[in-house]
Amino acid sequence: MSTATNEGRGRRMGGAAGGTPSTAAHALLPSPEPVQLVDPEGHPHPDDRYPLPDGDRLLGAYGRLIAGRRINDQANALVRQGRLAVYPSSHGQEACQVAAAVVLGDEDWLFPTYRDTVAVITRGVDPLEVLTLLRGDWHAGYDPHEHRVATQATPLATQLLHAVGVAHAAKLRGESTVVLAMCGDGATSEGDFHEALNFAAVFHVPVVFFVQNNEFAISVPLKNQTVAPSLAHKAIGYGMPGERVDGNDLAALLAVLGAAVDRARDGGGPSLVEAHTYRMQAHTNADDATRYRSADDVERWVLKDPILRMRTYLKTLDLLTEESEQAFAADADATAAVIRKGLNTEVEVNPTELFEYVYTEKTSQLREQAALLREELARDADAAAAGTDGSMEGDQR
Amino acid sequence: MSTMTFGRAINAGLRRAMDNDPKVVLMGEDIGKLGGVFRITDGLQKDFGPHRVLDSPLAEAGIMGTAVGMAYRGYRPVVEIQFDGFIYPAFDQIVCQVAKLHYRTQGAVKMPITIRVPFGGGIGSPEHHSESPEAYFTHTSGLRVVSVSNPQDAYTMIQQAIASDDPVLYFEPKRRYHVKGEVDEAADPASSDMGAARVVTEGTDVTLVTYGPLVPTARDAAVAASDDGTSIEVIDLRSLAPIDFATVEASVRKTGRLVVTHEAAQSGGLGAEIAASITERCFDYLEHAPVRITGFDIPYPYSKLEFHHLPDLDRILDGVDRVMRRPNSLSGLEGAPTPQGAAQ
Repeated sequence: MSTATNEGRGRRMGGAAGGTPSTAAHALLPSPEPVQLVDPEGHPHPDDRYPLPDGDRLLGAYGRLIAGRRINDQANALVRQGRLAVYPSSHGQEACQVAAAVVLGDEDWLFPTYRDTVAVITRGVDPLEVLTLLRGDWHAGYDPHEHRVATQATPLATQLLHAVGVAHAAKLRGESTVVLAMCGDGATSEGDFHEALNFAAVFHVPVVFFVQNNEFAISVPLKNQTVAPSLAHKAIGYGMPGERVDGNDLAALLAVLGAAVDRARDGGGPSLVEAHTYRMQAHTNADDATRYRSADDVERWVLKDPILRMRTYLKTLDLLTEESEQAFAADADATAAVIRKGLNTEVEVNPTELFEYVYTEKTSQLREQAALLREELARDADAAAAGTDGSMEGDQR
Repeated sequence: MSTMTFGRAINAGLRRAMDNDPKVVLMGEDIGKLGGVFRITDGLQKDFGPHRVLDSPLAEAGIMGTAVGMAYRGYRPVVEIQFDGFIYPAFDQIVCQVAKLHYRTQGAVKMPITIRVPFGGGIGSPEHHSESPEAYFTHTSGLRVVSVSNPQDAYTMIQQAIASDDPVLYFEPKRRYHVKGEVDEAADPASSDMGAARVVTEGTDVTLVTYGPLVPTARDAAVAASDDGTSIEVIDLRSLAPIDFATVEASVRKTGRLVVTHEAAQSGGLGAEIAASITERCFDYLEHAPVRITGFDIPYPYSKLEFHHLPDLDRILDGVDRVMRRPNSLSGLEGAPTPQGAAQ
């Protein structure tokens, strides 16, 4: 079944042929087509329900879009140079990344996945701290409380439940916090996705579930994950509204996610937003995308690039000047330079740190094992000082 | 001092923890109006309100993952898993998230979550209601695992578990819920350590290590053995991760013999870990190889046959006979350890 067929089913379900659902239930259904405010050619595409964000807001977010693309390109280059172990790129999905970060206020929380590095950096976390995970220096390089960004989740959908818990805590504390929880299309097949949406709806907590549907879970296309009319249609099953948005349209993303965040903050409860986008590159550098999709498929999405259309739109409105373009490029270059310099600097890792943080206090077993490792390190150091190979010496004993 | 049942002691401990810290929140299935299927949370929702005693949708991973998020924001969730056999849907959240978030974030995010699990058999229940899954969790770094054996420990250790900044699995022997005992409700939980094992009865011939539901059985075995002139030192481990090996070692250095007993299956179980560790640490003191008296390596049996599976007093004493090199049920079997006299 193609995506087009899925959409066709969606239209029928939303129409009279689908029966006569109550008005309340009907209001939970997503738009028949993804919301779009600026089309791929850069023309405005007005929508009565979602006003276009104002020029300043768009321009600021566009600057972050430029930086986001640069971060993806720089990280990919550093993988090729062996400075990063792996990088799941969000190339092509930068509008989703930027929008997810900028629709939140300081008091809000973001729950990202491994592909959401650009969103985390856009939220304000130090790029080098973010890339600690993918560099292999530690499992997470930043304190989640500092910018209210959870660690980037590697398993799929587990973080959605944590987001529900943070939102529930906010409700208990009487805070106005909204939690935006990100996942991909593949993650919607996980049990934790289902449980998170159900818990959030039953507890009526302020979570926006943001699914970036980039059409592939590594190699498996969406049609093998679900035969639902759309991922946003899943929301009605939990009694929350779902909405679909063009995931390469920065303006539409800001409007739709912004409305969902406002709704959550105003006590309206959780909602689900599905962004239709495309993973332009392989899953990671270790993946070979030519085995499961054609160059033509990818080419079709080049024309829908999020930067191209927003640049055209902003230039048409005379909002984007030569100077501001240069300033955005310089800003993106500066971020890339920080990443390059940081990752080209060797970081001293401390082997005995392996035993820290397992518990809040080391157990006697861990103290013994740490002593064993310290002993090995001392022997290696002695051997190095004596000009012999410590491990060889060990083998000869 | 007051006399109360095991179950009531946990309830009293929960109540005291909730009184002392507004961040203590209970979550689980049927724990509100019903007070839990074992009534352990009886009356707590009425007294503390539905926000602090939360009846959740019926999904264990959902409960556990939500608890993780609440811990992110400074709460101390106490999660009730209804029965041992229903913990597995939450397994991923427990071992990949609860256990690792403190490590993953270099200590920035603490996970002070207590997971209460009624465990073990002997109550005549259908499948999935009588399991002993503790070894799955003791094998996971980052988790503390305790099991309580008497009302006083139940009362004190639930408070210690909740006060711990590490996640704690708190295994409750459900077949002992109705056992009564003295509880000092004024006892200060901070004055003792839930990580320390306890010598239940002192002895000189054999060290008998156990925890949870088998502690009373082991104590009875010690009494029975003393009639035959064998002096057994019974140790209640209390903490299964980490294990207080110092207490076990000191005992084995004195007795030279070790029997470990638990309801859980033998292969890869805690008995194996204790036997191996004690052999490594006390080899020169041992008069006989450590012996494990455990449940069989079978799925938990149907209730009519469960008492053939569960270690009882006779099977524990048979293990004692083995380490004492006396005739025992394995005597005469090919490859069996030789009885005293034939050795050396």
